Amino acid sequence: MKYHAAMREALRCELERDPAVFFMGEDVGLPGGIFAQSRGLYEEFGAERVRDTPAGELGFMGAAVGAALTGSRPVVEISFADFFMTCIDQLVNQAAKIRYMSGGQAKVPLTVITFGGAGRNAGPQHSGSYEAWLGSVPGLRVVMPSTPHDVQGLLKAAIRSDDPTIVILNKALLGIADDSEPGVEPIPFGKAVVRREGEHVTIVAWSAMVQTALEAADILAAEDGVSCEVIDLRSIQPLDGELLGASARKTGRVVTVQETVTFAGIGAEVAAEVSRRAFGWLDAPVQIVGPPFTPVPFAPAMEGFVLPGVGSIVGAVREIL
Amino acid sequence: MKEIAPELRLRLYETMLRIRRFEEETGALFAAGELPGFVHLSIGQEAVPTGICAALGHEDTITATHRGHGHIIAKGADLGRMMAELMGKRTGYGAGKGGSMHIFSVDLGVLGANGILGAGQPIAVGAGLSAKLQGSDRVSVTFFGEGASAQGGVHEAMNLAAVWKLPVVFVAEINGYAELTPYQYHVSVPSMVDRAGGYGIPAVSVDGNDVEAVYEAAVEGVARARSGGGPVLIEARTTRWHGHFEGDRQLYRPAEELESLADHDPLTRQADRLVAAGLLGEEGLNVLERRVVEEVAEAVAFGRGSPEAAPEDALLHVYASEGAGAAGAAEVTR
Repeated sequence: MKYHAAMREALRCELERDPAVFFMGEDVGLPGGIFAQSRGLYEEFGAERVRDTPAGELGFMGAAVGAALTGSRPVVEISFADFFMTCIDQLVNQAAKIRYMSGGQAKVPLTVITFGGAGRNAGPQHSGSYEAWLGSVPGLRVVMPSTPHDVQGLLKAAIRSDDPTIVILNKALLGIADDSEPGVEPIPFGKAVVRREGEHVTIVAWSAMVQTALEAADILAAEDGVSCEVIDLRSIQPLDGELLGASARKTGRVVTVQETVTFAGIGAEVAAEVSRRAFGWLDAPVQIVGPPFTPVPFAPAMEGFVLPGVGSIVGAVREIL
Repeated sequence: MKEIAPELRLRLYETMLRIRRFEEETGALFAAGELPGFVHLSIGQEAVPTGICAALGHEDTITATHRGHGHIIAKGADLGRMMAELMGKRTGYGAGKGGSMHIFSVDLGVLGANGILGAGQPIAVGAGLSAKLQGSDRVSVTFFGEGASAQGGVHEAMNLAAVWKLPVVFVAEINGYAELTPYQYHVSVPSMVDRAGGYGIPAVSVDGNDVEAVYEAAVEGVARARSGGGPVLIEARTTRWHGHFEGDRQLYRPAEELESLADHDPLTRQADRLVAAGLLGEEGLNVLERRVVEEVAEAVAFGRGSPEAAPEDALLHVYASEGAGAAGAAEVTR
């Protein structure tokens, strides 16, 4: 199944199974989504439950919060993650804090799907990755599936969760496919997964960087005889510290790789987890691979330059061997 | 418009009195240092929430503002749990986590007072959307002031409610000031009715110090929203007696305006009316006064007698689902 089709499949499954679920966003209804990710849902479930919104994220994100407070289970699409900035109050001050401020009376079963990430020459305002921002907000869950299988599983888990959950899909992954079928079970939050077992170095990645990390591991195995373990975080908040610690204790060397700038990023959290849980086992400092401290540029040559690639991961591993 | 039933006219007065005495006591407790943080009082504006909420049923929902005690009391809140919340006690509506600006009650349909101007209006649109999707005839009411009217969220909410024809009643509670700045410095039109027109929302402006006028407008607006007629806006022009927050010396307000506040008193106005109609005499007013004062005193006693929130209660209610929200790192270091 393809990555975007997995999103549609999970939505179809949840719309069918729970009448409280509805889906809304810009162009998601009649047009079927800018990436065809919701094609057919409007015809199947109607305009009330697959709802086109005006292009005003603050308004419809707030409406989703209000709907979640009153017995509905809204799923909202923010087409590009950068557009969070127009509705961040409703996510951070409202959705995330309402349960807390109400002393546990209220719940906000809200799911937000968005497309983040670079690599498509979409320019500085359509290419950002904001998992570190969102992951640092108490009350929000943040997951980032890297495979079609996980899109289904994590999106279903998000929709069934009683907490506001951000599902960040990656534009660069839209074309990928795996052998998953409809009917993937929900995947619990906070569970990372080992994509490749290894002995010498742990490479931690998430979202589009998982594929890049796996390619780097292939090269390191072939050219250096180095065996890399590749961990896909899948869940940013909560973070699976346990698996990170266990892998670091096994390999003694950790490299993390991310699409976002490294300052105050998730890689720093990975490094903190690893040093707290496996300091005595480490043979080298944790390496954090990420872009330089710039917005994502438009021109293909510049965008390719800032994004971490196979070469930068291979280089970082070689540096600590 | 049908005449308002005598018992309801009395109840309108009593609700306003309850808000007034609760807030006066709140102001006194704050001045005495018994309430942490800061408070915003709505003294002088009681007719607006009272008249609006009297037209609502239990299932209907409201979103209140940062100056929201009156809205929440008018929707039926327990004064003891409110006072406990203001004191940061465990028995408060938010178990001490929200405070004055964040009182929330699922049971009463209070979808939160809000510390963020213009945030409650999109949320109210969502409550209206839920009602529509669920085939319910619930109505969603949202209070906001002229300060919030400058927020984009209010405009987006009005557009959404109108485009989707949702059962939302926008109540523009115009008290003359956005925080410390007078109306004419930040609103480009004489009335919020003009704003509603831009979204195709029918609107009316009423004297917000006349509780019966507010009630009558609310009955009409709520009925229209409830019967599928889409959103409406009610502008209620009222008067804020106190500062933006307690402790605000209001040096920015003309002296004559401050001296004449009581001329606009919605309570006096309703009491005079009830007396003139023969529904209440001196003795009746005194009975009501004693009852409300006693109720407020009991609320204060309840608050004072309630257990403090334990410091570690701060860790509760972050997530509804199982599992710690914080990254594992916190578990290790604690």
